[in-house]
Amino acid sequence: MSRIAARFSALQEAGRAAFIPFVSGGDPDFDTSLAILRRLADAGADLIEIGVSFTDPMADGPTVQAGGARALAAGMNMNRILDLVRAFRAEDDEMPIVLMGYFNPIYRYGAERFAVDAKAAGVDGLITVDLPPEEEEELRGPAERAGLDLVRLVAPTTDEDRLPLVLQRASGFVYYVSIAGITGTRSPTMVDVEFAVARLRRFTDLPVAVGFGINTAEQAGAVAGVADGAVVGSVIVREIGAGGPDMLERVSALAGALAGGVAGART
Amino acid sequence: MSPDTAANSYRTGPDERGHFGLYGGRYVAETLMPLIREVGAAYEEAKNDPAFHEEMGRFHKHYTGRPSPLYFAERLTEHLGGAKIYFKRDELNHTGSHKINNCLGQILLARRMGKTRIIAETGAGQHGVAAATVCARFDLPCTVYMGSVDIDRQAPNVFRMRLLGAEVTAVESGSRTLKDALNEALRDWVANVHDTFYIIGTAAGPAPYPEMVRDFQCIIGDEVRTQIAEAEGRLPDTVVACIGGGSNAIGLFHPFLDDPEVRIVGVEAAGHGLESGAHAASLTGGSPGVLHGNRTYLLQNDDGQIADAHSISAGLDYPGIGPEHAWLKDAGRAEYVSATDAEALEAFQLCARLEGIIPALEPAHALAWVIRTAPDLPRDHILVMNMCGRGDKDVFSVGEALGIDL
Ligand SMILES: Cc1ncc(COP(=O)(O)O)c(C=O)c1O
Repeated sequence: MSRIAARFSALQEAGRAAFIPFVSGGDPDFDTSLAILRRLADAGADLIEIGVSFTDPMADGPTVQAGGARALAAGMNMNRILDLVRAFRAEDDEMPIVLMGYFNPIYRYGAERFAVDAKAAGVDGLITVDLPPEEEEELRGPAERAGLDLVRLVAPTTDEDRLPLVLQRASGFVYYVSIAGITGTRSPTMVDVEFAVARLRRFTDLPVAVGFGINTAEQAGAVAGVADGAVVGSVIVREIGAGGPDMLERVSALAGALAGGVAGART
Repeated sequence: MSPDTAANSYRTGPDERGHFGLYGGRYVAETLMPLIREVGAAYEEAKNDPAFHEEMGRFHKHYTGRPSPLYFAERLTEHLGGAKIYFKRDELNHTGSHKINNCLGQILLARRMGKTRIIAETGAGQHGVAAATVCARFDLPCTVYMGSVDIDRQAPNVFRMRLLGAEVTAVESGSRTLKDALNEALRDWVANVHDTFYIIGTAAGPAPYPEMVRDFQCIIGDEVRTQIAEAEGRLPDTVVACIGGGSNAIGLFHPFLDDPEVRIVGVEAAGHGLESGAHAASLTGGSPGVLHGNRTYLLQNDDGQIADAHSISAGLDYPGIGPEHAWLKDAGRAEYVSATDAEALEAFQLCARLEGIIPALEPAHALAWVIRTAPDLPRDHILVMNMCGRGDKDVFSVGEALGIDL
């Protein structure tokens, strides 16, 4: 069983949802980013999304853009991202890791070689924001051969005619983008999230994680009450961006609070 | 690669998924996918509706001032002593460039779709001005995204857009130029999909934009076919246009793609020179990649990070290129060459003095290639260049480049 499937099935048994933090890999630099990943794991992350920086992140708001820009300025590239995963894996062989980013860096690396190298480095799944099912063929084959999950995004605009196409051959989990918008701007209303997740469950048996606009432990808890995972990105990236000597402590505390919100949801 | 063998034509693209061979497509976030497909379906319908074309035709004639003349540039021809040079005078259009051809088509489509808000991106400001113009005419609110670097170097156009009632929003992300303005417009669109129509300014972006913008710009080449037949009784030997995202060029080229005797030349901006690294020549100095919803040639590094383009012309300062040009390059049907900042400046001044036409810096690049090439061509060689914009907007940057204090 993949790390992602193992983690979700363990959580299901424990009767709770996953806390899924997102950070840009290499933000603010390689070593600090590695320390942050370890802190997130210690603070109760159930799965970690590592952002792969791109100069033109069209689905991201200012906060995540800034995190990606810091990582690029610190010299991150796809090879260094895989180094980062490898370094984290050396001490943690269980935490599922999903790379989230845009297609061009993968395309330039070469989809086939990338899938093999990512798997070898310890990556479990990929979220490629600008690769809808209509265009994903050239990544799908390599990813399936390498044993990487391709996590599909579903949006509020995805109607029921389109859902079967989007969910066809989805694997790992399904990521519900809770608002029509970019990261770190608006927050969804819980009624909408509940309705959307219920609709998704009629179309898939995969776990459903919800992200975009979840900023507080309360919101994370509320989402965790109806979904299988809550993804939190911008508030953590903002804390990293604020820097300072106690940044790692603050990130730990924030992640701990968010994890607590998620863990408390279904008891 | 070869033309569509079944039809034996270069004019049948894109396929139903919006691909021109390897290029094009719809590389966008899922949130936008349903909407982009809706734009595609609405365009398909409009394209086949005579009423749509009839309305567009009326505005072309009475608002834009089409057809634009095909003008024999006699003094330039004499001066260069070779090919017979014609200018397609799209700089005489209302708003001063070819951009209005596309904006008119798209706003009529937006109205058909019942959209109530328009967004656009702009670099030089010509597309922003054209978008703001049609929005004023059709009474729709308009937000134009423009990089803060471009806002500084194109102040007159910023003021023009505001006069026309548009809101100009400064983009501070990334390199703060055209590519970032496009990102920001896409971000706006994702957040406002229910009521907003995005008027993209060039033949790039996700399908159906490259095809749709091309179709709206084909009026350029279609008119040239008729006009050159009247003037010379035959097809031109060469057609040439400058290339930013490629919309004026594809509009001129497309109607001639299946006439193998017509040589087709696109001129990119070589900035300080292709070797310098500071240029905007995606086809002649870039490599295939995925950006802004389509696969095409891009300026990028080995990691797939997009590089900043450079050109003295803000309208050519874009690290990508419409996907149909990428396909035509690989297919070998069109040639893509480049001209530097310095060559464009020379051409700009020569044209002003010889023809009494101040060209925009963008077509000045095409003209630079004409100046380089025409002397070696026979006198009966007919060359048509698209004069796609006028240079009023550029006099300040040209003054600065020449060290003249205005
Ligand atoms: C006069 C003029 N020509 C050309 C361009 C480049 O665009 P395209 O290559 O799409 O024609 C611009 C863009 O601003 C322009 O203003």
